[in-house]
Amino acid sequence: MSFTGGTVAASAAALREGGVSPQELLAEARAQFERVDAEVGAVLTQTWELAERQAADAQRRLREDPGAASPLCGIPVALKDVLCLEGVACTAGSRILEGFHPPYTGTAVQRLLDAGAVVIGKTNCDEFAMGSSTENSAYRPVRNPWDRSRVPGGSSGGSAAAVAAGMVPYSLGTDTGGSIRQPAALCGVVGFKPTYGRVSRYGLIAFASSLDQIGPFAHTVEDCALVYSAIAGHDPRDSTSSPTAVEDPMETLRGGIAGMRLGVPHEYFGEGLEPGVRRAVEEALRVLEGMGATLDEVSLPSTGAALSTYYIIAPAECSSNLARYDGIRFGMRKEHDALLQMYLDTRGCGFGAEVKRRIMLGTYALSSGYYDAYYRKAQKVRTVIAEEFAAAFERVDALVCATSPTVAFPLAAREDPLSMYLCDVLTLPVNLAGLPGVSLPCGMADGLPVGLQVIAPRFQDARALRVAHAYEQATGWHRARSPLVEATA
Amino acid sequence: MPLTPEDIAHVAMLARLGLSDEERSRYGAQLDAILEHMTRLNDVDTSPVGETAQVGELVNVWREDISQPSLSVERALANAPAREADFFRVGAIQE
Amino acid sequence: MSSTATHGTDTLRVGDREYQAVIGLEVHAQLLTRSKMFCGCSAAYVGAPPNSNTCPVCLGLPGTLPVINRQAVEYTVRTAVALNCEIPEFTKFDRKNYFYPDLPKGYQISQYDLPLSRRGWLQFHVDGEQRRCGITRVHLEEDTGTMYHAGDVLQSATSSLVDCNRCGVPLMEIVGEPDLRTPEEAREYLIWLRRVLMYIGVNDGNLEQGSFRCDANVSIRPRGSDQLGVKVEIKNMNSFRAVHHALGYEIERQRQVLEQGGALPQETRGWVETQQATVSQRSKEYAHDYRYFPEPDLPPLQLEAALVERIRGELPELPDARAARLRRQHGLGDYDAGLLTATREEADTYESVVATGVGAKLAANWMLGDVARLANEHRLPLQQSGLGVAGLAALLRLLEAGTISGSVAKELLAELYRDGGDPAALVEQRGLGQVSDAGALSSLIDEAIAQGSKAVADFRAGKEAALQSLVGYVMKQTRGRADAQLVNRLLRERLGG
Repeated sequence: MSFTGGTVAASAAALREGGVSPQELLAEARAQFERVDAEVGAVLTQTWELAERQAADAQRRLREDPGAASPLCGIPVALKDVLCLEGVACTAGSRILEGFHPPYTGTAVQRLLDAGAVVIGKTNCDEFAMGSSTENSAYRPVRNPWDRSRVPGGSSGGSAAAVAAGMVPYSLGTDTGGSIRQPAALCGVVGFKPTYGRVSRYGLIAFASSLDQIGPFAHTVEDCALVYSAIAGHDPRDSTSSPTAVEDPMETLRGGIAGMRLGVPHEYFGEGLEPGVRRAVEEALRVLEGMGATLDEVSLPSTGAALSTYYIIAPAECSSNLARYDGIRFGMRKEHDALLQMYLDTRGCGFGAEVKRRIMLGTYALSSGYYDAYYRKAQKVRTVIAEEFAAAFERVDALVCATSPTVAFPLAAREDPLSMYLCDVLTLPVNLAGLPGVSLPCGMADGLPVGLQVIAPRFQDARALRVAHAYEQATGWHRARSPLVEATA
Repeated sequence: MPLTPEDIAHVAMLARLGLSDEERSRYGAQLDAILEHMTRLNDVDTSPVGETAQVGELVNVWREDISQPSLSVERALANAPAREADFFRVGAIQE
Repeated sequence: MSSTATHGTDTLRVGDREYQAVIGLEVHAQLLTRSKMFCGCSAAYVGAPPNSNTCPVCLGLPGTLPVINRQAVEYTVRTAVALNCEIPEFTKFDRKNYFYPDLPKGYQISQYDLPLSRRGWLQFHVDGEQRRCGITRVHLEEDTGTMYHAGDVLQSATSSLVDCNRCGVPLMEIVGEPDLRTPEEAREYLIWLRRVLMYIGVNDGNLEQGSFRCDANVSIRPRGSDQLGVKVEIKNMNSFRAVHHALGYEIERQRQVLEQGGALPQETRGWVETQQATVSQRSKEYAHDYRYFPEPDLPPLQLEAALVERIRGELPELPDARAARLRRQHGLGDYDAGLLTATREEADTYESVVATGVGAKLAANWMLGDVARLANEHRLPLQQSGLGVAGLAALLRLLEAGTISGSVAKELLAELYRDGGDPAALVEQRGLGQVSDAGALSSLIDEAIAQGSKAVADFRAGKEAALQSLVGYVMKQTRGRADAQLVNRLLRERLGG
């Protein structure tokens, strides 16, 4: 029996029933990686030696006390290359971090290690998580496992593609404006961005601190819930992490949606939506209604300003967060006798075009004379956007809409930065308000996956997963696999 | 109001980004287009609201004053691109 | 709240016009916490080998996050309360963005528009006159690392070297109003501010090692004008003396520039000790723009009234109030009261000695005289000496009771300070008790008169001082044990003086 393209839950069960060992799961993951990654480009750093040790350790734990072992024990995982793991190269997809080996492990990753995870490597991504296609990786682009001429989305494109291509049953990504949900949609997998403050950001290389959040990719909502349970919860090292107790999403996952009120934000069904995407999402709405939910049209009037708000706040924070890449304590350096020239050359050469563009934009928005017009104004619009979501959630339990206005597009199709920014128009308002959001497969358009987005109020992560799980179980789109997996099976 | 070449040079210097002439003119044009889009911020009436620097209602998040072990010197310097004795080395500061 | 300086002392002449200097001081004071501001590394970095006191957080490694040190917040509140500041209910941290090799993150976590406190004042004294200087704000931030330039540390250095041990040490910035008018006022303000910070236990006041640092803004303007002149910022002043000299130099320099019809540019100048001059630190060709914005990694602080009141309640008596009380309670003069309250330890020692029943004046004289001299000689404060506070009190009680003479007390003090021991036991053991029996001294008095005929003649001729050699003879014969006053009286009686 092959576990390639299988779920975490199935592997966990088989590990306990003795049907497979962690070493065998690792060997399958490695075989699939070797078969397909030359085409996909999902993995930047491989950690097979580490994985072997972890698999042996997991084997021991499963043998000694299978009941106490986490469902993630012995199961392979890939980590987006913005997550620090002690001693393993971490590049954030950037040349400027070439050679950097963090001397510490971030909290979310540590929690996976504590659960017995087997880390096979670090996944490719847009440089410093800035992008929507993973074409901004300084190393190489990632290709969509469904169609290698197309992008996987981004910025967590490598993590999405690694799952979609069957290399690992789950992975971790990060989501600042849609960087988990949008590639999940484009790669036909489930991606979950938890409530801001639920998963510690300690050890996540910051893009925009007030928006970044770590979350999982997997084939099913249940798998995402399992991973979320393992990584969520308060961390004293992240002052923005919430001290409130985490609801166990598994308890309510199978509760169904009969009697729930689901909001359909009409601003999210505007003209930018591709017809194929609109068709699939509208069909999904009918399915949800058929399962006993009530659909209510709601309005989020300031949605049109969300993109502008995001593209002030995120670059402003990034311009500051990326100031530490100065060639002094770590990373790449272009040597020069004069300090100023060393700064200019190191940062000028070390950063790619999109990162430099955003640093310029953010520096400008914070600079003297422009702060009020841009940054302060954006912060106020952010308040309005969050208040509009809160008002909608007084009427409905969750919101449903498309994740991405389009299916996966061809590589190099979006040269203009603004057109690339529009990829996240349906996901970034969720980050501005700090809400949880799930993307899950809801059909195909032109042979490419379409994603449905479920958005819940802050800290109602379990509710978002419950709605998503109900839909998934009712339709079975989650069983579809990319050709790279089918070819194996 | 479009960005002048001086604006671009000033911002690049603030951010310590060494840009080629081609990059300067390209970014100038692109930032103009993006900032043009940003005028949509003014479509939203924000007169009655405060500013959101971070979502969430947390206040007074702090730790007790307890000292923890530091990294060893070797680990602290392990990633340094240029080192001299136990220091990080940089070029001359020409002020 | 401007100072009440009298005319004359602060008047400058530019041609035939009267000018006045305007001085504002900014003090940076490291807090005496155990750990750094945002991480668990030790805040006691002085003397640690280079880069041995760092962690991923204070090195600014990718992915790390700051966590506020609660004690640092409380120390800053304590300072603000001691400086009579308002403490708003809401405060937050901001990022101050600039590039420098000693600033690992490329920004300093500081406070911009909502500082932890504002609008206070410090009372101090100049030549016995009371002054008050406004405090604009006290806020909390993190210190930077240390840079060493070619030749500073290693002969081999060909460039600049960075030590991150100091990165992230909690730092208070205390911004004073431009209420000061003379270098003397500025120096006294600093002395008193430092004294307050040390009293309340938040700072160790070490200017040399830089735990207490000062920058000054100086301008001059026509007397009577309420406009500020062009501000010059002075840096690199590492002692009170340097502050005094640098400000004096700078005020005179500005006066001369104006007198010669020149203009003063806004600039930063450094005090160069070896030249005894301020020197322009050539302004960079690009302007500073710190792009402050709210620190997204740290939720704001909401300091409840109860917390502030608790801290206010824990505040010790401040030096000014303590000096006033010592004057009132013990009848001490301004000068002595000021010296005895210069540090909290000194004042505590004084009060505990007096509390054992030793006279207040006697205790003051000894502490400011012989004890201070010995402390200086041995580079060891009384508290850590062999004598200790209790020993000093015991010794002074023996003296006051007449058990020992002043010169024996002096000798014993020096010995015990170094070697320790019990004063009473030593007196007993060595038979050092004072001879204050007129009968017992009588024959020695006779002897003194007999051997000192010249002194006797001089004294009779009206030379008062001549008596001292006769007293000295008796003291020498008794190895200092004789009651000198009694000897004096007996000699006068005998010589009919």
